[in-house]
Amino acid sequence: MKTAMHSLSSFPSLPPRRAASWADVLFAALTHGAAWLTLALFAGIIGSLAVGAMPAIEAYGLSFFWRSEWDPAQERFGGLAMIYGTLATSAIALLIAVPVSFGIALFLTELSPRWLKRPLGIAIELLAAVPSIVYGMWGLLVFGPILATWVQQPLQRAFGDAPVISALLTGPPVGIGILSAGIILAIMIVPFIAAVMRDVFEITPPMLKESAYGLGATTWEVVSRIVLPYTRTGVIGGIMLGLGRALGETMAVTFVIGNMNQLGSPSLFEAATSITAALANEFAEAGEGLHQASLIYLGLILFFITFAVLAASRLLLMRLRQGEGARA
Amino acid sequence: MSEAALTVADAARLARYRARRRVNRVALTLALAAMAFGLFWLIWILFETFRLGIGGIALSTFTEMTPPPQAVGGAGGADGAGGGLANAIFGSALMVSLATLLGTPVGILAGVYLAEYGQRGRLGGVTRFVNDILLSAPSIVIGLFIYSMVVARMKGFSGWAGVLALALIVLPVVIRTTENMLALVPNTLREAAYALGAPKWKVILMITLKAARAGVVTGVLLALARIAGETAPLLFTALSNQFWSSDLGQPMASLPVTIFKFAMSPWENWQKLAWAAVFVITLGVLGLNVLARVLFRNKY
Repeated sequence: MKTAMHSLSSFPSLPPRRAASWADVLFAALTHGAAWLTLALFAGIIGSLAVGAMPAIEAYGLSFFWRSEWDPAQERFGGLAMIYGTLATSAIALLIAVPVSFGIALFLTELSPRWLKRPLGIAIELLAAVPSIVYGMWGLLVFGPILATWVQQPLQRAFGDAPVISALLTGPPVGIGILSAGIILAIMIVPFIAAVMRDVFEITPPMLKESAYGLGATTWEVVSRIVLPYTRTGVIGGIMLGLGRALGETMAVTFVIGNMNQLGSPSLFEAATSITAALANEFAEAGEGLHQASLIYLGLILFFITFAVLAASRLLLMRLRQGEGARA
Repeated sequence: MSEAALTVADAARLARYRARRRVNRVALTLALAAMAFGLFWLIWILFETFRLGIGGIALSTFTEMTPPPQAVGGAGGADGAGGGLANAIFGSALMVSLATLLGTPVGILAGVYLAEYGQRGRLGGVTRFVNDILLSAPSIVIGLFIYSMVVARMKGFSGWAGVLALALIVLPVVIRTTENMLALVPNTLREAAYALGAPKWKVILMITLKAARAGVVTGVLLALARIAGETAPLLFTALSNQFWSSDLGQPMASLPVTIFKFAMSPWENWQKLAWAAVFVITLGVLGLNVLARVLFRNKY
């Protein structure tokens, strides 16, 4: 027994094995380090924004959220106009993008012939790959004028005298403003929402769907009463993901929103601004001090809003996956 | 009497059936319309990009520097105006490739950690969550971060700052795809390698990563495509430069920022070049995307 142990420990393959374990430790440490670096970057983003925004936070505190004044010349700043622009454009985007994405996901999972699924899916994904600056330039120079002529002017003619609606439609119909920014954002986030919806629709157990079909349900009934309830959390997660994208989108919005720093009328045609547009336009030229700090404060607010939305999206999608595991 | 009751009930049932069919048809038509709606924008945007961009493409686009502004109807006209995008194309290519070189190894290592070491641990869970947030975080906030960490400290905009900002966008994309692709590698492969006595680092580098290679490369290509079109994080890191510069310590021109500057201007020659740049960038980005997909499909 003892001799056997001896002969084993003097076996020639053992020394390289010790070297291997040294390499193992190093490699594990490297991968750990990379993971920690990711966390550190995340913490660094929040930390550096908070430090940079400190002068503005000290000067205005929470009143920054409802002050609408933005006057770099007199060093008076408030974020309401930008926050309103960000939320309003994202809301319009969701209003358009959610039903469209649902339709696309429904088409891709239930209607499309098998051979068309892949090319159509890729086409929609390419819509997400087009750089946002391309959307911006196209929106400003091609889409905006068409929107003005064919949508805004007819709407103003038709509803210009109606009591409530007309307030939403005042302003110069030049194809620049909250409405056009919202529409372009909608086009940009459709692929994200549609991709998530398609993926979660596809995890619905075929058995459930086939049972419903077997009872004589129509395709629409299967989707609305079986697939949608089953994947509800995932669908909401996908919508949140799209919302997160819309909130943080910069270039496309900067091009078409009109960049007006004052809070104007509630009209959808009026030029406005958003957090991202204000940052893109002013930050490089802003002098150090309160102006820059206020812009960073806006960035911090944006980061927190998107963080909350994306975290909610993550948790909902995770819950769906866990539920799927439990039911399977 | 019972016969009459039956026909009434039948008629009611038939009406309900027809109504259900109608609703179904309307819903499916709307789904078809939604699909057409999505494709419509893609086709329209691509069409306009090609129509307006191809006119600005000439040899000088790739050989000459970005020109000074020229008033509408200025001396040059269409081609004589001169000027190109050479410095912007070079700056973009340089910054994008350096950012990819910087972000990819770290991303692969972190992805390996998530897939092979931290499947269940707390660090793994938190990293995965944070990475998902970073993946969709507003890119302009990344620009702000690099501005305050690098530009404000170095007292100046620089190509390096742009590279770092872009690398920060590459990182989460590569982490995500690496982890997903490693998760697809069957466990039997790992077990077979372990059974032969291979240490963990060798199993990962030579077996699992190798098996997932096509997927990881796809991820890197997608990351490349994403940062090639990014404007927001470069606005206040690399800024822009009107002249040729290969010095990363100086402000550096890039295609997206040049588009931003030129498209918003009232000068005709600038707008024309902006469309040409949009054409170049759309072609490049969509090409990379298609390449990534083809590569991935051939492998699996």
